[in-house]
Amino acid sequence: MKQALAIVVHELKLFLSDRRSVVVGIVTPILLATFFGFLFSGAGRQDAAKIPVLVADADDSAVSRAVVAGLAADALLSVSPAAAEDARQAVRRGKAAAGVVLPKGFGEGAVQAFFGAAAAPEIVLLVDPSRATEAGLVRGLLAEKVFREASREAFGGATGTKVLEESLVALEADPSPPTAERQALKDLLRDVTRWQGAAKGGTAGGGAAGGLGTAVPFTLKEEPVTARQGVTYNSYAHSFAGMAIQFLLFVAIDFGIALLLERQGGLWKRLRSAPLSRSALLLGKTAAGALVGLVSVAATFAFGIVVLGIRIEGSVPGFVLLLLASALMASSFGLLLAALGRTPGATRGLAILAVLLLVMLGGGWVPAFVFPAWLQKVTLVLPTRWAIDGLDAVTWRGAGLAAGALPAVAVLLGYTVLFLLVARLRFRWTDR
Amino acid sequence: MSFRVGGGTIVGLLGPNGAGKTTTVSIVCGLVPPDAGEVKVGGVALSGDTDPAKGRLGLVPQEPALYEELTAEDNLRFFGALQGMEGARLASRIDDVLRLTGLLERRRDRVKVYSGGMKRRLNLAAGLLHDPEVLLLDEPTVGVDPQSRNAIFESLEALRDAGKAILYTTHYMEEAERLCDRIVIVDRGRVVAEGTKDELGALLPGNGARDLDDEARAAVALLAARGIAVPGADGGTPRLEKVFLHLTGHALRDEP
Repeated sequence: MKQALAIVVHELKLFLSDRRSVVVGIVTPILLATFFGFLFSGAGRQDAAKIPVLVADADDSAVSRAVVAGLAADALLSVSPAAAEDARQAVRRGKAAAGVVLPKGFGEGAVQAFFGAAAAPEIVLLVDPSRATEAGLVRGLLAEKVFREASREAFGGATGTKVLEESLVALEADPSPPTAERQALKDLLRDVTRWQGAAKGGTAGGGAAGGLGTAVPFTLKEEPVTARQGVTYNSYAHSFAGMAIQFLLFVAIDFGIALLLERQGGLWKRLRSAPLSRSALLLGKTAAGALVGLVSVAATFAFGIVVLGIRIEGSVPGFVLLLLASALMASSFGLLLAALGRTPGATRGLAILAVLLLVMLGGGWVPAFVFPAWLQKVTLVLPTRWAIDGLDAVTWRGAGLAAGALPAVAVLLGYTVLFLLVARLRFRWTDR
Repeated sequence: MSFRVGGGTIVGLLGPNGAGKTTTVSIVCGLVPPDAGEVKVGGVALSGDTDPAKGRLGLVPQEPALYEELTAEDNLRFFGALQGMEGARLASRIDDVLRLTGLLERRRDRVKVYSGGMKRRLNLAAGLLHDPEVLLLDEPTVGVDPQSRNAIFESLEALRDAGKAILYTTHYMEEAERLCDRIVIVDRGRVVAEGTKDELGALLPGNGARDLDDEARAAVALLAARGIAVPGADGGTPRLEKVFLHLTGHALRDEP
């Protein structure tokens, strides 16, 4: 028993003396669990990002303006005006979660539909299919606002009065209903008209008469905005982007650790003893790391394309450039690890933690739009965020080279240069 | 520290662990810049990482510096490419060095299945691949079985006979005595003495110790264990050990 106890104490000492084990075994799960708990607990609700919604109001009537104002006043939404096509493009690029298009004639049509006097006008709700939860929320809020404002107008607004008056005139001119029914309907409409007058005079209970309507005053056409009409959303595209980048960085860790092992095992001396410049040595290592990484991401996406139906709906050259730039960034990251790391074991532990954080905060595990607003802004400094967003853009969002790929490629190449510079400056060339 | 390694000779850099032998080798082959002084190859000072004169040096690091997942041949092909070799010349040199080190039949085996001694021999082969004029060996026999050690010695003697200049670091005085034409004794980063083993032996006061070979030393040690002293044999202590003790005040096998 004493021997077993000695083994336990010994193993604990070994564990605690190994920084990698401590980092991987204790710090990493604490950080990850805390982060996800923070995201999903609502603790940061005051900071929670408002859902970006663009509204195209082609009607510009009292009802449509009131609906827009109602949406804008909602604490959950961030509403901006836009033309219908601009809204569509913004949703396609992921800049907005949804777009609402109120057609011309919407206000009058909604009131008429409220009384069943005409077909309900069609509101188009443009949604980002990768943000289904947010789209559902926008849908519910939109219905509430439209119903409220249409009923308010019907029972207290000019449009409602006009519709009633037109209905009375039409009833007088229409001989088809039986006399008794026509009289009853006319009485009803006159009562409503009198109630409207009282409401305007302030004696009819506040004027808002939600719930008195008789029919849903609109129809909703929900349009998932993908690359183009007829292209359905493939949820694998985002997950493959996130995982491809994550494992690209894991490949980079192996690359950096291999360099440290070369140094530790004497191979580095052999390489350095050859008539070979330092730049050539680092360039060769980086290029090799990038090629291996490129094979990794290319194979991952090849599987997604062949087996799971992921399609590059946007720029194919942009997609290739993004993979290449991501591989270069990852390879230079591996070189940075080799430059800053001391021992392979300790470096591996810290590098795994760094990669998990980079991917998590880059939106590789859960989309960045679920982050609090401040975190969404902060994470724009991460290369992983740009890589994943860029791959999303050129795959299912159907973005082109200039708008979808090049900004991300530029950022990734910028990080490549930065990592290489720091690695070159910090690289320990002289091991005695 | 200043010494010279001429063609067709093996110069031993002898000293305890930590004496500065590996650092010296690292400076000679350009891995570590010297605080002062210079390294000349063929009378020309080495300058920078890309100096072609580095190709005249062949390094055999202390640890087998090999890619374990690759075959011996693939290792050598890569190391040759770093030296600017290719094509038929590279293939021919690979054959030559594998033959010299007795590994020709195992050329297509992955290094990870090699024994420790075989890895040491392949390590030597890699240092010889580009046919350097100067060979730098940093304790190449540490942890090597006697059979492989003898094979390495025979290879080095053949290379010396072929005119190579060889710098051989060791803390085994027996190796230095057997193999080296000249010995540079170093301690704490400084040259303590230099010469042939006889010249170094002459540094002892009275020159009282006799130069014994391994068998004679073993016999003297056996007799000493039975309480029989051999006058002048000093209990079988190697002469270089005594020289080192005399010059530095501490034993060769001690840590500094």
